[in-house]
Amino acid sequence: MNANEYDVIIIGGGITGAGTQRDCAMRGLRTLLIERSDIATGATGRNHGLLHSGARYAVNDAESAEECIKENMILKRIASHCIDETDGLFITLPEDDLSYQQVFVDSCRKAGIGAEIIDPDLARRLEPSVNPDLIGAVRVPDGSVDPFRLCAANMLDAKLHGGQVRLHSEVTGFIREGDAICGVRTRNRISGECEEFRAPVIVNACGIWGQHIAELAGVKVGMFPAKGALLIFAHRVNNMVINRCRKPSNADILVPGDTVCVIGTTSTRIPFEECDHVAVTPDEVTLLITEGAKLAPSLSSTRILRAYAGVRPLVSADNDPSGRNISRGIVCLDHETRDGLKGFITITGGKLMTYRLMAEMATDAVCRKLNVDKPCRTAETPLPGSEERSYEAVARKIWEKPSMAQKAAAARMGTSASRIRTGDRSDEALICECEEVSVGEINDAIDRLEVSSLTDLRRRTRVGMGTCQGEFCACRAAGLLAKAHGCVERERGDLVDFMRERWKGNFPIGWGDTMREAEYTQWVYKHVLGL
Amino acid sequence: MKLQEITESRHNFEECMKCTVCTAYCPVLQVNPLYPGPKQAGPDGERLRLKDPFFFNYALKYCMNCKRCEVACPSDVKVADLIQSARIRYDKSKPKLRDRILASTDFMGSLARPFAPIVNGITGLGITKAALDATLKIDRHRTFPKYSGRSFEAWLRRRSREQAAFPEQVAYFHGCYVNYNNPALGKDLVKVLNALDTGVQLLEKEKCCGIALITNGMSDDARKHATHNVSVIRKAAVDKKLKVVATSSSCVLTLREEYPNLLGVDNSDIRDSIVMASRYIFERLEKGATLKFREDYHKRIAYHTPCHMEKLGWGVFSEKLLRMIPGIEFTLLDSACCGIAGTYGFKKENYESSQAVGEALFSQIRSVNPDIVACDCETCKWQIEMSTGYQVLNPISILAEALAD
Repeated sequence: MNANEYDVIIIGGGITGAGTQRDCAMRGLRTLLIERSDIATGATGRNHGLLHSGARYAVNDAESAEECIKENMILKRIASHCIDETDGLFITLPEDDLSYQQVFVDSCRKAGIGAEIIDPDLARRLEPSVNPDLIGAVRVPDGSVDPFRLCAANMLDAKLHGGQVRLHSEVTGFIREGDAICGVRTRNRISGECEEFRAPVIVNACGIWGQHIAELAGVKVGMFPAKGALLIFAHRVNNMVINRCRKPSNADILVPGDTVCVIGTTSTRIPFEECDHVAVTPDEVTLLITEGAKLAPSLSSTRILRAYAGVRPLVSADNDPSGRNISRGIVCLDHETRDGLKGFITITGGKLMTYRLMAEMATDAVCRKLNVDKPCRTAETPLPGSEERSYEAVARKIWEKPSMAQKAAAARMGTSASRIRTGDRSDEALICECEEVSVGEINDAIDRLEVSSLTDLRRRTRVGMGTCQGEFCACRAAGLLAKAHGCVERERGDLVDFMRERWKGNFPIGWGDTMREAEYTQWVYKHVLGL
Repeated sequence: MKLQEITESRHNFEECMKCTVCTAYCPVLQVNPLYPGPKQAGPDGERLRLKDPFFFNYALKYCMNCKRCEVACPSDVKVADLIQSARIRYDKSKPKLRDRILASTDFMGSLARPFAPIVNGITGLGITKAALDATLKIDRHRTFPKYSGRSFEAWLRRRSREQAAFPEQVAYFHGCYVNYNNPALGKDLVKVLNALDTGVQLLEKEKCCGIALITNGMSDDARKHATHNVSVIRKAAVDKKLKVVATSSSCVLTLREEYPNLLGVDNSDIRDSIVMASRYIFERLEKGATLKFREDYHKRIAYHTPCHMEKLGWGVFSEKLLRMIPGIEFTLLDSACCGIAGTYGFKKENYESSQAVGEALFSQIRSVNPDIVACDCETCKWQIEMSTGYQVLNPISILAEALAD
């Protein structure tokens, strides 16, 4: 058979696409994933990284809450190396209505979420950064999840099950035969190469950009983009997620993620054309700092690393294009029954939290079309790297006396950390000093995880995500990439792009130490390295 | 738009610009590849440790706490404080018997002092050194400081009435070394201060400043010492409005800086009253007091600035005092760590790096070939004497020797 033929093609390398590819591949299908940029570049990588317990939705959206708590427990089993089981607090401040707390707890329990009212004193002891004025606190099983790692692990597992991946390839059109879609045309955005791939079923998992892909296929999916802005603080202020116990609102979730913490978010409707160019405004920064300080007062004097914004893929649940009936739930459209277009499925809506369930629904729909009868096993099978529950156990198994970088690698890679070459001191040398990423870990990512640029590398290893924002690690990592790709010129351009992108995130909060550091970085790159 | 007016972080770790100058100045990193270096161990490691104490790295024990990283830092990051407070907070390993013995300077001193001749005889024996090396891992090259038969405290107490007669008064934090090993230095200070019409008082029973307890993982004991010392110093500094002088730079650094920064003991009301004796004397002379020096005193003196004196920024006072003595030919040695770092160099596992750190200083001393090396720190003294054979004296002792009767 033709090498460019598959059972199913998935468009979109976000968590939904990667999860769907994994599920399809595990059910024995020949899969291809196509992504116009890198994995996790859209909404997947531009959110809080909150592992919802569902509590946030419990009062207003019982269905989402139930989905969340189920998936929360599943992800803790199958994706342990991407997850930090921090637990979370829903705090009531003096200006909030304390009677909401009981409604909240009742709704949580109805949805199956373990919510426990605790004494404010206990909350202050458990989470010393919390606003000490709190008058009520509820403890829930929230946590944090690294979306880049989760997405990469899904893609990797799909590849281990025979799946193929085309990153930086844009879908330029569909191949149609009568009333059926039977393939896609793509163009590689780096090499310019055009290709055709064929499959009887194609899944549109492009999030907000799914509207555009659907248009290419000749069907209409109405998306309602809503921008959310967030701030990253330079270190962890809190070790538990902190929420406000009230009707969900702006800037009322503070999530500890890896070495940083993230406050968000805002919600602004934007026109579809702006999806690719969202920027954080001064008003949003002010709102985030002001509201954030109500959750943890020290935020007002904690160094901020970056500001960023993402776009929620809100979708109208039916054919009504007016947007009156918007759902935050999962929407799986079979365009054969909806629009009479065979071989085309759209999976959208939903959340990072429910990606696995979305993938299961999409894969079920794919299997129905292909007459394949295989059960979904993604809820029981750990992702590669998650075979152990804790990074302590991972580190203990691999090394007798792990160094800081080895411990950090175990926390990022889980059991895959055993793949890092050791013994040679050059493999143990550090590329990224803020996040403790070694040469060995970078080389492993280049070998296994489809890295074509520094930004790709950042998503997979946290290089450039620390306090220095690429000041020292980016040029070192560029050296390794130039070696791997055999092209210094291309890497020089990549390095410039990467540093520009880092500055983009520093710019909205460009004051104090972050400004000093950015200026120092500029000296290094402009005046020392001559870029 | 609302800008943040200030940003704060524990020991200023977020002010780090990653310039890495601390790493370039770290004496340990240059000789010991097992040490991650001040930037890694300090501000970089702090972010990981805040995530999870699991990321605490045992290799932080190689830090000598010389504070040269802090002196070098252009952003005022308290690098060494970050490392030492991480050790205090996260290192759960119990100190070994050896470390307890080395750290308990005043307890050991009070035990050994009554039997000084016997103890000195025994600790000086080759066989004792070999036994200590084999059993406790105290390096055989080291010689324990000799104990004095009579304590400095007892000596001064007997002179309290005579000292009280002077118009000016200071309190003296003599420290363990002067009390148990080298009362001569304390007597020299009394001589110099008396020459300035100043009487010397004891504090109401001082304890060891606790620096060795901190670096040997016994911070709870150190905190008890700190609380006690702050309260007795308060009686002198606040109630009697006296300056509290000391002749050991490490004691002063501990009393002034380590108490609040590492042990969380508030000393804000007394901190400014605690000074090195050399600074106190220099300032008295600046204000018009005079000292008369012998005309027949001729010595070539090389001054070594101890690391903790560098951190205090006060090496200049000792230097200026020595330069005032007419018959002195003065050389300021390059600023470099001698490698001993208190009890650090006594440990067998640190001996080699300790000597390697100090080598630059030793070779400069050999090439200068002075009559006496001057230095405000007793452990530097032991290290330099052992490694070079040159005699080392506290600047106060040199001053006392040069005074006209």
